[in-house]
Amino acid sequence: MSISSKLVDDFIANDVSFITTVPCKQLAGVIDEVEARPEIHHVPANKEDEGMGLCAGAFMGGKRPAIIMQNTAIGVTINTLVTLTQFYRMPLPMLISYRGELREPVSCQVEMAVHTKALLNQLHIPTYHFHRESDADEFDTILKYTFMCNKPVAILTDASFWGGYGDQ
Amino acid sequence: MIRSDVLRDIAPIIRDHLVICNIGLPSQELHMIDDQPTNFYMLGTMGLASSIGLGLAMAQDKPVISIDGDGSVLTNFGTLPTIANNVADNFILLIVDNGSYGSTGDQPTYAGKKTSLAAVASACGCENVVECAAEDTGKTLQAALDSGKMTIIVCKCESGNIKLPVITKDPVVIRDRFMTAVKA
Ligand SMILES: Cc1ncc(C[n+]2csc(CCOP(=O)(O)OP(=O)(O)O)c2C)c(N)n1
Ligand SMILES: [Mg+2]
Repeated sequence: MSISSKLVDDFIANDVSFITTVPCKQLAGVIDEVEARPEIHHVPANKEDEGMGLCAGAFMGGKRPAIIMQNTAIGVTINTLVTLTQFYRMPLPMLISYRGELREPVSCQVEMAVHTKALLNQLHIPTYHFHRESDADEFDTILKYTFMCNKPVAILTDASFWGGYGDQ
Repeated sequence: MIRSDVLRDIAPIIRDHLVICNIGLPSQELHMIDDQPTNFYMLGTMGLASSIGLGLAMAQDKPVISIDGDGSVLTNFGTLPTIANNVADNFILLIVDNGSYGSTGDQPTYAGKKTSLAAVASACGCENVVECAAEDTGKTLQAALDSGKMTIIVCKCESGNIKLPVITKDPVVIRDRFMTAVKA
């Protein structure tokens, strides 16, 4: 089974039925998988803070939401994370591509990578880092934890986890 | 008519519906005029009233009215294509367009100058876009509710604010009370 279908199976098994996405090259496979599953209402967003607003509404409407985005979006969403998701105590699993780590071909991505964990730490957001494929075994438990504690939770997935960037 | 007059006018129409109310004075005014468990007051996060409302409308069947501001729509323009392309017929976006950032002292917005939010919404693909004068907001909103079609209303009103206190309710209390009302 592909890693993308395993992750989406875990979303579905945890009753996550509303997912908003902003693409990253690393996330193309998992976004295709989200789009393909009838159990999931997939709403592409134009900006990640907008996506978090959609997730907040879906949560209050009784659905379990999630967002799939790139780590650069931490810079876009800090205000929303603290004044909406955390302030009103809402759960939000954030499946994040961790660009700018080992094997990264685009130098600019490193600029946000060096701040990613520090920012998440400063925001007191529980953070998990998937580096090897087997790290995804914990995804199911992380989702249960997220909806237990009603917090945004970050799952950083780096290039090694996704098997690199293809031809380089 | 200023925003608080518009809210006073529509209070009887919205009181039994789910309402997501914009940050700052709009929420404070609605809270003072007619506090309801069906009101979700935004205490921060300028720009996301429309997104929260759309997410809520997509997740359940009851009608949802997002009361937004021109400045807030300008700051989250990406919301309009998302709304247009994810039609939820139980969703109404009511943009109170007073041509200013009212809550911060009525600094002018571009919506009060050359930019037409109704034209932008239409260009983004929204199908039922109605611009109305402040006096007609009640009947326009009622017609939108009766139509059962997703509608964007741009209510053109005057800028200006009344003096009133901030909301001191705890955000988790606001959210919990609201979610109980959603389920009721
Ligand atoms: C990111 C961010 N920038 C600025 C503000 C300050 N702010 C709060 S409300 C507001 C004005 C909103 O204007 P509008 O949406 O037109 O609503 P009005 O008060 O005019 O009804 C501003 C600028 C903020 N809360 N967040
Ligand atoms: Mg305004």
